[in-house]
Amino acid sequence: MTAAQKTAGKIKDIKTLEGIAREIRIYILKMLAEASSGHTGGSLSAADIAVGIYFSKMNFNPDNPRWKERDRFILSKGHAAPLLYAILAKAGYFPVDNLMTLRKIDSPLQGHPCCAVLPGVEISTGSLGQGLSVANGIALGLRLDKIPARVYCITGDGEIQEGQIWEAAMTASHYKLDNLCAVVDNNGLQIDGPVEEVMRISPLHDKWTAFGWHVIEVNGHNMEEIINALDKAETIKGQPTVIIAHTIKGKGVSFFEGRVEYHGIAPTRKELEKALKELE
Amino acid sequence: MGTETQNSGVQIATRDAYGETLLQLGKKRNDIVVLDADLSGSTKTAKFAKTFPERFFNLGVSEQDMIGTAAGLALTGKVPFASTFAIFETGRAWDQIRLVVCYSNTNVKLVATHGGITVGEDGASHQALEDIALMRALPNMTVIVPADAIETTSVIYTIADSIGPVYVRLGRPKVPLVMPPDYKFQIGKARVFRIGRDVNIIAAGIMVDTALKAAEILSNQGIDTGVINMSTIKPLDEESVMLAAENSRLIITAEEHSIIGGLGGAVCEFLSENHPMPVKRIGVMDVFGCSGSPGELLKIYGLTAEDIINTAKKTLNAGGKAHQ
Repeated sequence: MTAAQKTAGKIKDIKTLEGIAREIRIYILKMLAEASSGHTGGSLSAADIAVGIYFSKMNFNPDNPRWKERDRFILSKGHAAPLLYAILAKAGYFPVDNLMTLRKIDSPLQGHPCCAVLPGVEISTGSLGQGLSVANGIALGLRLDKIPARVYCITGDGEIQEGQIWEAAMTASHYKLDNLCAVVDNNGLQIDGPVEEVMRISPLHDKWTAFGWHVIEVNGHNMEEIINALDKAETIKGQPTVIIAHTIKGKGVSFFEGRVEYHGIAPTRKELEKALKELE
Repeated sequence: MGTETQNSGVQIATRDAYGETLLQLGKKRNDIVVLDADLSGSTKTAKFAKTFPERFFNLGVSEQDMIGTAAGLALTGKVPFASTFAIFETGRAWDQIRLVVCYSNTNVKLVATHGGITVGEDGASHQALEDIALMRALPNMTVIVPADAIETTSVIYTIADSIGPVYVRLGRPKVPLVMPPDYKFQIGKARVFRIGRDVNIIAAGIMVDTALKAAEILSNQGIDTGVINMSTIKPLDEESVMLAAENSRLIITAEEHSIIGGLGGAVCEFLSENHPMPVKRIGVMDVFGCSGSPGELLKIYGLTAEDIINTAKKTLNAGGKAHQ
């Protein structure tokens, strides 16, 4: 592995990263419209965070997806699969054209991510609450091997209603996993309505602090804030860091923003046309 | 606990054999890591933990997190052995096993102790009678129930070298040695003790010893009876089942598990499609267990040699009459 390959993904320029995020949103909308089903709102809300992590921070090599020293990206909120696929395509794991096979027969782009069929997906997700435990296990394994790679895990905010998240939160803190950074995509909405109405998760900051995590809050659509938080997380030793990213569900498309009904609905052809006009 | 066996008199709990083997394995290979959920003293992983604290991870009372963590460790090339009681491992964390172990096809070895009714005094909440059914239904999963300490040791070495998800079910009490000392376990290969011309008992776990005792008595009474140790329940050794079926009039399955979905289920599924014939299942009859000593419970729930003998005689007599 050459140094050039190792850092191929690392982009520092904010404008460039914002451009990638816009491109990723376009892919997400196009693939969802083509599939005519899937989760629009949560794919768009986490787009800036995911782009910030993947393209400014991570060492990876699409030609060698299992490269031992790579940084890891776990999408615990597996229903945002279109986001993960768009990122992987942009990163070079497979041709962008393949994105249009989402949710279709024989496609490795399953409705929720499946690591057994798509290189670049670290672990299958979709049943919520499980990614953080897996991220912990990877972080422990990397530490045993003295590999300085980092593990990133994006969870939803509705997702952290799952008890397993808090089991994993205890574990990460107990084992002092400072090579782990979790991000909560705090878009405030879940399928049945506002998170605080369905099942209150606040006070989020205090909860994570009480579980032994270093907590950073950011505007999850401000790339500069995201990058600063990720930089800061790398300096925190002896405990894991969680970034609570305040986001807007459906971000980037005015008529999807903040609308709970677009949690699990794909844009129609007409909506896609309108949406692309806003983004392009 | 228990009585002296005919052979050596030595009785060893399969969980003790596991603890010792894990320790030896840990000495040989530094990619072996062990996880437990606050039961390391009972599952015997504590032995490994004491010698290799940096490769042992206690997750506390959180089985779901344990399975996820094990999957993560497997993704970094470690070979994780994750242990707790069978009911908590397979029941509490079933969806985790399904998603991040089987569907993700991670190299996680689930070795659970305290399987079956012989958990004893702790009662039904702790007696796993459904674990084999739960694990057998999962694609990519291999399911193994060793008969004794000798087989357990061989199983643990074997699965450490195999790739992919495995579930191994071990027990709490000391049990007799039934396998020859030089026995080498192979995944998917049953041990045929002998093939009977009247009855063949296909057994797993502690019921192999019971089956051998029943077979001896039946054969002495003129009913030629064979025994197969079907330690791999999935993938089932179909060749051995067929051999037993083609050469006898009755198959009896015997397991310390519900009659639904376990070894009996697996054998019936195979035979009904490939060689329909009379099959009787010895197992727990779709009820929960209760507190008591293992010996008492085996009697109450119909898991003794006498139960096998009576089932064989009754079925053969009924069958005989029907055809006369």
